[in-house]
Amino acid sequence: MRIRTIAQCLICLFAAALFAAPAMAEIRIVGSGASFPAPIYTTWFKQFSRADKNVQINYQSKGSGAGIRDFQNAVVDFAASDAAMTDEEIAKVDRGVQLLPMTAGEVVLAYNLKGVPELKLPRDIYPAIFLGKVKKWNDPKIAAANPGVTLPDEDITVVTRADSSGTTFVFTKHLSAISPEFKNGPGFGKTVNWPSDANLVKGPKNDGVTALIRQTPGAIGYIEYGFARMAKLAMASLQNKDGHYVAPGLEGGQAALANAEIPENMIVWLSDPSGKDSYPIATYTWMLFYKKYDDPKKAEALRNMVVYCLDEGQKIADKAGYIPLPANVIEKVRKASQNIQ
Amino acid sequence: MTTLPLTEFENTAPLSKPPSSTDIFFDKAFRGLTYTFTLATILLLGYIVFEIGGKALPAFSDYGIGFLTSTTWDVNAGQFGILPEIWGTLYSSILALIIGGFFGITIAIFLTQDFLPYNVEMVLKTIIELLAAIPSVVYGLWGIFCLIPLIRPLADFLNETLGFIPFFSTSLSGPGLLPAALVLAIMILPTVAAVSQDALRSIPHKTKEAAFGMGTTRWEAILRVMLPTASTGIFGALVLGFGRALGETMALAMLVGNSNQISLSLFSPANTLAALLALNFPEAGELETPVLMYAACVLLLITLVVNIAGSLIMASTSSGVKR
Repeated sequence: MRIRTIAQCLICLFAAALFAAPAMAEIRIVGSGASFPAPIYTTWFKQFSRADKNVQINYQSKGSGAGIRDFQNAVVDFAASDAAMTDEEIAKVDRGVQLLPMTAGEVVLAYNLKGVPELKLPRDIYPAIFLGKVKKWNDPKIAAANPGVTLPDEDITVVTRADSSGTTFVFTKHLSAISPEFKNGPGFGKTVNWPSDANLVKGPKNDGVTALIRQTPGAIGYIEYGFARMAKLAMASLQNKDGHYVAPGLEGGQAALANAEIPENMIVWLSDPSGKDSYPIATYTWMLFYKKYDDPKKAEALRNMVVYCLDEGQKIADKAGYIPLPANVIEKVRKASQNIQ
Repeated sequence: MTTLPLTEFENTAPLSKPPSSTDIFFDKAFRGLTYTFTLATILLLGYIVFEIGGKALPAFSDYGIGFLTSTTWDVNAGQFGILPEIWGTLYSSILALIIGGFFGITIAIFLTQDFLPYNVEMVLKTIIELLAAIPSVVYGLWGIFCLIPLIRPLADFLNETLGFIPFFSTSLSGPGLLPAALVLAIMILPTVAAVSQDALRSIPHKTKEAAFGMGTTRWEAILRVMLPTASTGIFGALVLGFGRALGETMALAMLVGNSNQISLSLFSPANTLAALLALNFPEAGELETPVLMYAACVLLLITLVVNIAGSLIMASTSSGVKR
């Protein structure tokens, strides 16, 4: 008797599963790319799928370069990249490319110095640190910018990324913009040839660099703002183009974004934003869409997704350590999202 | 001469009988299967070499031998060289082999030569083999959060007092060769210890009794009789451990510092081939992929040379024992 009941239950469950499965997600969207905005993207997609049960989005955080490659090979429906796309890369995609900035972030210089909770770094000094020219924390130039702060007589350990990364791209682009010596030396890119030095170490991924900074007395390194905040690392205030020292955070980031005009192709670099409140190293990060999709339903789902991220998604951006898009940019992106057909 | 009556054998079942046709069939099928799998393994290896080599071909012709001797890795300038990585791979692995090998063999002796009650031996053996089950990433994190702070005072002391010796010439900035080699040593320890134990255990008990009979002390028996007898197996353990150290990736990527430099100093950051491949491959562009494949070929070649050299040495020593 009991066995029969169990069997009946199983059959019912099986039948239910059979009918429920197709109803769960009619449209499956696959994306891959940048790891920098991955935490916020996955939150958005989870919430969007909850709001619209017909659409399921699967995002793999592989890195910007891998995202662009997947996008070119058409193995994903959309991709994400911190380094946007070059014109050559766009030209290779027959179906057309629509880039949309979805959120923005800051790259911060996090450091590990006991008893120094706040540090100001002048704009001629931090490129020199990453070039291996300034080697001691009590260098007179650092001391001059930080009156009243006792800086230790300690070697500076520079921590950079060991893997190819959009964060490196943004950071080195900024350094190249403000320091001719850096531009002619390592230059900018997703990986650059950092000077070889006993005090320059490299860690894999944002978390690897974060761990190294935390564990190494006298270390300084560049990471994404959200990671630094999560790990409670001290972050340096940087001197911007107008000569003011600005700490990383929402206000400095929004001021930096507000001073840049977005062009038609949606690619803009804030390599050295002006304005006295602007934090100097901020960047948009993009999602990459095709202009033409075979399945109109999929295109519609993608448009809905973009609109959801613009309307609802921006609200959680600050909490997650990203900068919400300015209102005028949101309107531009909303209009451009109509190009996804 | 009369023939013996065979009647008494007729009713008893034969002790052996010729194999039936089913037996023959299964025997042949099994043999065929083993041959197929052996062949498949060789073919697979061949295919891997072919595939990697094929993709590395553009880099072979572009960079040639200079790739092995130059020291820059600059994607923007299109300059590639892996001498620092080759140096770092060999240096860290040899260091790990010295440390891990010493402790591995010591543990093997301690666990097999009746120093402990049998039950305790088994528990310790299991614990050491458990070390092999810890994931590489965990070792990396442990290295960053526990090992580096632990060795930092010693490293600073050595650098300050004995800095004139090239091995201690730089200060430890965090990740570097020494932490990497120490973690590698722990990682190869279970392999070395387990295989050495097997080698020591497989010596017939009589050998040791005979040694005692000749009047040796316990340590003389271990060092002069047991170790030389098991030397082939122990050497095999070391070769296996070295192979593992050469290819170890994630823990090293987190601990070695990934900096392209050649330095004798134990505290200087370095780089290894496996870490270079793991960190750069996911985002490699069209320019970089062939170069990385070339580096993979070099790593494959180093491992192959180590294994061949190991087998040759083992073959020569074991034939020496037979003589």
